[in-house]
Amino acid sequence: MKPEPFLHYPSILRGITERIRWQSSWLADISVFVGLLAILYALFASGRIWFAPFTPVANISSSPRALPLYAAYSLVRIAVAYILSLLFALAYGFAAAKSERAAKVMLPLLDILQSIPVLSFLPGVMLAMVALFPGRQLGIELGSILLIFTGQAWNIAFSFYASLKGIPRELDEAARLYRFSPWQRFTELEVPFGAIGLVWNSMMSVAGGWFFLMACEMFVLGERDFRLPGLGSYLQVAAGAGDTRSILWGLAAMIAVIVLLDQLVWRPAIAWSDKFKFESVEGAVPQSFVLKILRRSGVLAAFYRVAINPLEERITQAFAEKKIAAREGTPEPENKLKKLAGRALGIAALAALAWLAYRALASIAHLGGRELLFLTRDAALTFLRVNASLMLGALWAVPVGVWIGTTPRVARIAQPLVQIAASVPATALFPVLLLLLIRAGGGMGLAAMALMLLGTQWYILFNVIAGAMAIPTDLKEASSVFRFHRWERWRRLILPAIFPYLVTGMLTASGGAWNASIVAEYFNFQGKTLSVRGLGAAISRATNAGNLPVLLAATIVMSLIVVTVNRTLWQRLYVLAATRYKLET
Amino acid sequence: MSQTNHVPVNAASPNGGENTEPILEGRALEKFYAQPDGARIEVISPTSIKIMPGKILALLGPSGCGKSTLLRMLTGLSRPSAGEVFWHGRPLSDEPPNVGIVFQSFALFPWLTVLQNVEAPLEARGVAPGERRQRAVRILDAVGLDGFENAYPKELSGGMKQRVGFARALVIEPEVLFMDEPFSALDVLTAETLRGELLELWDDKKIPTRAIFIVTHNIEEAVVLADRVIVLASNPARIREDFEITLAQPRSRKSEPFESLVDHIYRVLTQPDVQHEMPADVKTASPQPAVAAVLPRYLMLPHVRAGGVAGLLEILVDHGGREDLHRISHQLLLESDDLLPIVDACVLLGFATVEKGDAEVTELGRAFAAADIQQRKTIFRDAALAHVPLLQQINSALQAKADGTMLLDFFHDLLDEHFSDDEVRRQLDTAVHWGRYAELFDYDAETGRLSRTLP
Repeated sequence: MKPEPFLHYPSILRGITERIRWQSSWLADISVFVGLLAILYALFASGRIWFAPFTPVANISSSPRALPLYAAYSLVRIAVAYILSLLFALAYGFAAAKSERAAKVMLPLLDILQSIPVLSFLPGVMLAMVALFPGRQLGIELGSILLIFTGQAWNIAFSFYASLKGIPRELDEAARLYRFSPWQRFTELEVPFGAIGLVWNSMMSVAGGWFFLMACEMFVLGERDFRLPGLGSYLQVAAGAGDTRSILWGLAAMIAVIVLLDQLVWRPAIAWSDKFKFESVEGAVPQSFVLKILRRSGVLAAFYRVAINPLEERITQAFAEKKIAAREGTPEPENKLKKLAGRALGIAALAALAWLAYRALASIAHLGGRELLFLTRDAALTFLRVNASLMLGALWAVPVGVWIGTTPRVARIAQPLVQIAASVPATALFPVLLLLLIRAGGGMGLAAMALMLLGTQWYILFNVIAGAMAIPTDLKEASSVFRFHRWERWRRLILPAIFPYLVTGMLTASGGAWNASIVAEYFNFQGKTLSVRGLGAAISRATNAGNLPVLLAATIVMSLIVVTVNRTLWQRLYVLAATRYKLET
Repeated sequence: MSQTNHVPVNAASPNGGENTEPILEGRALEKFYAQPDGARIEVISPTSIKIMPGKILALLGPSGCGKSTLLRMLTGLSRPSAGEVFWHGRPLSDEPPNVGIVFQSFALFPWLTVLQNVEAPLEARGVAPGERRQRAVRILDAVGLDGFENAYPKELSGGMKQRVGFARALVIEPEVLFMDEPFSALDVLTAETLRGELLELWDDKKIPTRAIFIVTHNIEEAVVLADRVIVLASNPARIREDFEITLAQPRSRKSEPFESLVDHIYRVLTQPDVQHEMPADVKTASPQPAVAAVLPRYLMLPHVRAGGVAGLLEILVDHGGREDLHRISHQLLLESDDLLPIVDACVLLGFATVEKGDAEVTELGRAFAAADIQQRKTIFRDAALAHVPLLQQINSALQAKADGTMLLDFFHDLLDEHFSDDEVRRQLDTAVHWGRYAELFDYDAETGRLSRTLP
């Protein structure tokens, strides 16, 4: 006989806990309801401007009262772009993992796409979208969303591909032996196994998304000015007008949005994804207040019971039956035709790509030697600037990061602050920083470096803190026992221990700095254009002038540099970090 | 079941005679890897196995000998390079077999509850939710997991996880239950309990399965459970012996026939190329051709550390120089799978000899056991250079080179006509360890270079 669980529980206490449970469920339901209402309102408000007549230059209010709405507009853009990215990533990762032949093309392609500076897509995407939806605001909105998408999709896709490839052999065998349908395999094995990677990469991607959103809410294309209502445009307008009060309000709103997003979305997502952790022992479980509320909500539970679960059940059943039927029936006769059609489609796609590549090269071929020479000089200048800003970033972030990471008292306070600082998109701060620098009398060359540094230093600091915190206590104790001098301590213990983390941070920072150069070296500010020589400026200038050949050539040069540096420098350091400097646990 | 301890030893079970059709049959299953140059590395020589109803069949052999690969070919998870598997007389490719597998690593889905894990195979077969739940709960009940339906696997101990593994395998009512080292990730006591429970379920016909196929490297486990044991020799895998065990259940490990069977298997495993006499009360199921067909092969290093060799020799000396291997494994709580490679290494280096399941220290072995660290290294070096071709080759290559260094990869190419890629890597790892211990050479992992040790 099973023991009655409440047997030893006084009935009065039981009554009280019941009441608390009931009340908190009631509160939870209200919170869920309020949350849904907010989302609906944001969608509705966005929908209204999306389908409004085409107004390329929205009138941006500088009143703080407009901020909630602007924040909602920006959030909806980010959210839609993220959902698109996720769907794309799942499909792309899945396709690449299922076919070795496809992977041979898809993976290098992903690598290249990842290295193309996102802002180079801006003119093409925007003009195409505006042309696609003439007379509606939808085009330009979709354009900005697509642009954010190109900044988000690749690394999520790569993460999903990697986790599909990493599924433990025996789990895969269990799924095969028990004849899971593709759907059951996808929902019970593949997505759960990839879930943690998906959540973390989504977080990083969305942070990157903010960076581009800020830049593409307000830009110039040739003669045309574009302005979308949102947080980014609000900040740019405020900075352009030198309106300190509005700037502060805008920054506060930005930080509030990011903190809220962290609390309402990412933390619950991380806490939820913990159940997908593939380890056999229980460890510390990340907690989230919001997730608790969601789990406690009776309305959500009922919704799941009545709507989601039966639907899930029906889909699973349908796929299982289809699989059984397929096994019993004869193999499909049109298989050959399908194969042929697929091959034809593939060839057509390849041909189209080849044609486009040919056209692109042909247009570049028209460039004169002088222009190519200029591009080379620009590339060298930006290369120097990017690496100088990386060095500067490392120079201050390593000692500070180690200090924070090895002093638990400081870490407790500093870490959340750093997290927030790191998640404020640098592009949102650019106009503000530029305003300060110009007021202080600094030149644009200095400003460009400062802007790049702004975008990159946090990655380094962040990773160094993590690395310093991971130094095992026994090694620290050993180095005190051996009475290492300060320098010896750094050389023998700290630097080797944080090395893998530093490499990760610098790699991310390097990619970020190249992307930032497009915004940092060329900026429309207070009706003027401020610029220095550099590859980023070349891309921006070509974008503004609608000079496609130069834009293409500059983009290709930048991608080539990024790929080459990654392959020759960072990848080797990575291998070194993974072999020699790995702390075995 | 009415089976008791007093049932005559040779009685065939009612449904297990020679005339019945096998449920599953592998005919001349082979596995080999094609090399780029067209050569083949054979991992499994043509092997035929029949799974008969009413029997527990154990496939026994040293780790890495290809047992698990055979299991995967029989279940259809892996395609044989040659040969074919038949399910009730029909090729496996026509009809997927109705079988369950219990995995060594449990292979539970950590994000599903116990109940969901057990329901998953039924879900795949399109069983309706109500019935699914009912069947899952019933089987969980049978394996003693009622009350844990909503727990997640990570909340359970190893033994309970494997019970879920059993429940998941049994819930589809498989005709054959396959088990791949099901107890080897568990501690000794838990493993023993689970084995006992499995036998109880099987003997009382509480589980809807008609045959059990277990892969194991644990000799006693095979003798405790199986009605029939197939012993594999490795490199390439081939059937070395195939016999029935007619001892009544439950079997006592202390009984004389039990011990002589275990001893016999030890003999077969330590000297696979010698014909051994069967114990009196065992009958050979299907006489295998004498294993004369062993190809001349490149010597395979057993993957053990020098410290293990020294340890075993010291124990043998303590026991008066000669001891039964089965007893040593018992005393040290060492699984045969951990012990036998060390024995192999001792024999290979000329430190010990093996005969009839006993190991005996040689004079050299005694000297090695008695020596201090530096002397040991000298003895080991001489023995290794005398008996291990790979170390001879590396040594002479290093001596011949003016700068005394070589890339380890060079020897990779030398071995890969004999072994699979993974095995080549393990062989080189072991060779590097032995060479370093013997102070023959040093190895720099970063540059991948071997260099002659300075005298």
